[in-house]
This record gives sequence, C-alpha cells and structure tokens, in this order.
Amino acid sequence: MKDFFRNTAGILRREFADYFGSPVAYVFIVIFLLLCGFFTFSLSHFYEIGQADLRTFFEWHPWIFLFLVPAVGMRLWAEERRTGTIELILTLPITLTEVILGKFLAAWLFIGVALLLTFPMVLTVIYLGDPDLGAVVCAYFGSFLMAGAYLSVGSMTSAMTRNQVVSFILSVVICLFLVLAGWPPVTDILSGWAPVWLVDVVSGFSFMPHFASIQRGVIDLRDLCYFVSVIFFMLFANGVILQNRRAA
Amino acid sequence: MIEVSHLSKYFGENNAVDDISFTVGKGEVLGFLGPNAAGKSTTMRMITGFLPPTSGTAIIGGSDIIGESLAARKKIGYLPENAPAYPDMTVIGFLGFIAGMRGLSGDSKRRRVEEILERCFLTEVRFQTINTLSKGFNQRVCFAQSILHDPEYLIMDEPTDGLDPNQKYEIRAMIREMARHKTIILSTHILEEVEEVCTRVIIIAKGRIVADDTPEGLMARSALHGTICFTIKKGDGKDIVQNMNDFPGIEKSEIVNESETEMTLRFFPKETSAPPADLILQHLLEKGFSVETFFMEKGRLDEVFRMVTIPDSIEREE
Repeated sequence: MKDFFRNTAGILRREFADYFGSPVAYVFIVIFLLLCGFFTFSLSHFYEIGQADLRTFFEWHPWIFLFLVPAVGMRLWAEERRTGTIELILTLPITLTEVILGKFLAAWLFIGVALLLTFPMVLTVIYLGDPDLGAVVCAYFGSFLMAGAYLSVGSMTSAMTRNQVVSFILSVVICLFLVLAGWPPVTDILSGWAPVWLVDVVSGFSFMPHFASIQRGVIDLRDLCYFVSVIFFMLFANGVILQNRRAA
Repeated sequence: MIEVSHLSKYFGENNAVDDISFTVGKGEVLGFLGPNAAGKSTTMRMITGFLPPTSGTAIIGGSDIIGESLAARKKIGYLPENAPAYPDMTVIGFLGFIAGMRGLSGDSKRRRVEEILERCFLTEVRFQTINTLSKGFNQRVCFAQSILHDPEYLIMDEPTDGLDPNQKYEIRAMIREMARHKTIILSTHILEEVEEVCTRVIIIAKGRIVADDTPEGLMARSALHGTICFTIKKGDGKDIVQNMNDFPGIEKSEIVNESETEMTLRFFPKETSAPPADLILQHLLEKGFSVETFFMEKGRLDEVFRMVTIPDSIEREE
C-alpha cells in the first residue's frame, strides 16, 4: 500500500511538472479563462441579469470542457506511445493501475488549478452582492468532478492511438454523446422505436442532469456515484486497452 | 539466470516470434542477431514484460515475468530500441524520476544519480532538457537509466545505435566491464560488436532461432574458416594456383585479388584444424616469390549470418 502511494505520487509529480514545462499548460489556462469570461459576460449577460450568483458562469462549463478537457487528455497516452517512453514506464516495477491513476490525477489536478484560477469571478459576486457561498463551493466541486469524467474519457481514447488528433476527436464525440444523451433531439431518435426503459437508460448517461443538480447546491449521492463510476469505468477500460496493446 | 521457454507471439495472423527457448547465465553476454523484423525486439519486449506473450514465458532470476511481473521487473534494467526518454525533462530530473520509481529516495537517490551521471559521461549536460541533446547523449541517458538500480539482468535493444566510434567504444567497454557480475542480453546489427563483446550469439530469422553458438563457433561455420591467404609480388601466379591444387593437405586454391604489382591467393586446406601454412610458405619462397603478408582466416560472421538467415543465399550466388 505504501508502494502504491509512493509510485502513484511519483508518476503524478512527473506528469504535473511536465504540464508546466511545456506551453500546453499556459495556453490551456489562458484559453479556459478567456472562454469562461466571454461566455459569462457576453453571452449570459452576467451584469444585466442582476443576480449575485454564479449560475451564468457554471452553466457554460459542460460546453467549455467539451473541447478543452479532451485537449488535456489526448496527450496522456498517445504522447507516451509516440515517443516510445511507454515502453520505459510499463517495464518499471510499478503496476499499470499506479501509472494510469498517477497520470489521470496529474491531469485532473492541472484542470483543478485552471478552475481555481477563475476565483476573480467569486470575488466579483461577493463584491456585488451576497451570494450563497455554499452553493458556489458546491458548484465548483461539481464542475471539478465533471471535468474528471471528461478527462477519464480522454485518457481512455488516448490509450487507443498514438495519434493525438484521433484521440481528441474520439474523446470529443464520446463526451458530446454523454452531454447530449438526455437532450430531447437525441432521446427522440430512440423513443420512436426503443422501449421506454432503454430511452431512460441512455438519457441517464447524460452529464447534464447530474451536473445541474450539483450546480444548484445539492450534493446528491447518486450524482456523486454517477461521476465516480464514469471515471472508474473509463479508467478501467483504459487499463484493458493498454493490457491488450498489440505493438508499441 | 534468464530462462526463456517456448516464447511465442502472434500479431493477428502474423507469427512474429515462434517458440523461442534459451537460457543465459551470469557472466554471459548474449548477442541477439537477425535481419530487421526477425523478432529480436519483440522477444526482448516479452522478456521485459512490456508485451504479453501469446504463449510461453521468461523466468528472470527465479521470478516469472508473467506470474510475478513486479518482482521480475525489479531485477531487470532495460534499454528499449531508439532510447526513449521524456523530451521535456532535464537529464538529472529524468534520472531522478527513474530512481524514484526504482524505489530509491533521499540521499541514496541523489548519490546514485550523481554516480551514474559521472559514469555515463553526462555531467556536462545534466541540466539540459533531453530534447536538446544529440543522439549520442540521448542514447547514453537511456543507457544510464537502465543501469541506475545496478540490475542483475540487463537487456539492451541496440545499445550502440547512432553513436560515433568513440562512444561505441566507451559503451562496449562498459558492457564488458559489467558483464562479469551480470547477465546481459543485447541486440545489434553490428557484427563486429558481437565479436567484441558477446560471449554467445543467437541468430533469429522469421521468429525462430537458427543458430546458437559462441562467436568463434559461428565463424568456424564460414566456408572461409581456416583458409590461408598469401599476398605475393606479381609473378606468374596463375601457374602456382594450378600447381598447388595437388599440394599435400590442400583442397583447392584460388586467386582472390589481382593488381598491377601484387596478387592475393587463397588456399583451402583439407583439415581446417591443421592448415599447412608453413609448408605453403616454404614452397612459395623456394619458387622465388616474395611474400608480402599472409594470414589465416578466422571466418566471417557476415557470411555465416547470411548463410543461416537466408538459407539458399549461398547457392543462389554461385
């Protein structure tokens, strides 16, 4: 167990430092912050609504993450394959779980840092009015959790290929499905012929209702379970894909 | 000891490695030879636990690479093909990371990294990022990574690839020095390297072992093994060749090379163990030829290599 934490932490540290050693981190953070600001102020009319809450800020997160998180996830394994370092890391005396988890947590932590850097938004609403800080913290937590779910999809698609572009597109498509699964146009396609329970199952896969309820300030165990199981499932699939890798 | 038993690997329908078995002991340096795509790298990847074999296994110092993968991987140092390393890391950062993953920490880690930097002549580039290094340095960084934990078993896929002659010399010297208390498997394309560092050679072609011998033993398979070459000042050499064909102890003779002033003759003795070199020399001198040089051929690995990897190549040429 001690080895598990030490190895996972070792991988995590290296990966995390790698983000800030390359321009990826800075580009990502700047674009993320710009998009957050743009959507909140220009599209959702933060000021005009005249409410001291961050609903207009958080409601855009699923869409911003949809394109930005796969960009972080795409390099996780594809890059290791391209440079051949995958051969190095998978022959070290550490388990596959430790490597997958270490890499995933590093990327998640990195997104967490980007998310924390949106703190001026919080300061703004505190200055303007009297927001429900509990709901804000809760929404941040939900947003972070959702980013983790997106990232786990990216990690999995990244393991499938050495081409980062392919990985990115696959991951965007899967995430888009997860976002839209509960959306009427998608459920309508199914409801024409599929039994009701299947429509319910598919729409249950959607990120949206789970994120929406956390965003309102309600942490429901079911929503928590949903995100954690998406992450778990995707990382498990990630492991299976790597285990069955054909050639380097 | 590394025991490889019945290792096979299929990529779809393609049989990349076909039932390979061998055992390497301490003090041995096993050279893996073979044409490209013969299955050398695939075999090494299976021994190091990177690729799961389709069937068979490898036992590294008593630990099964499949059943007790972690224990087995602890004992191995591995230098993969093309010497991969994280391009954005500094040399010292990279080696520190590997040392950490190998279970070293604190002072012992720092000391070990310093020691290795010095040993692999990397001190001058220690703070450079790996993507700014030349090929030779890059290769040495990855080499350093493989011996960092002083492994009992060292597996190297083309360790001298892309190095200049001086660097090759250094790496080979290090391999020879380490060989005394380690078990080493290395693959290479360079035949002279085999003669220089390996105590044993396995030649693989199309996924199968086609030869397993000492370098000397392999060279002895060469058709030229034990033949004697004389370079003499030009005279009526052709005449000698004809006369010598019934010289005692000589199977046949031929002219290898002819120039304006001198010519080289090759004699194939009947018994390669007792070539009548002295008698031939005496005979030539008596006939009044001036002998410039003469030597006995040990055999040529490149010839044997072609012979065993493309079995009908010799006949085709003739």
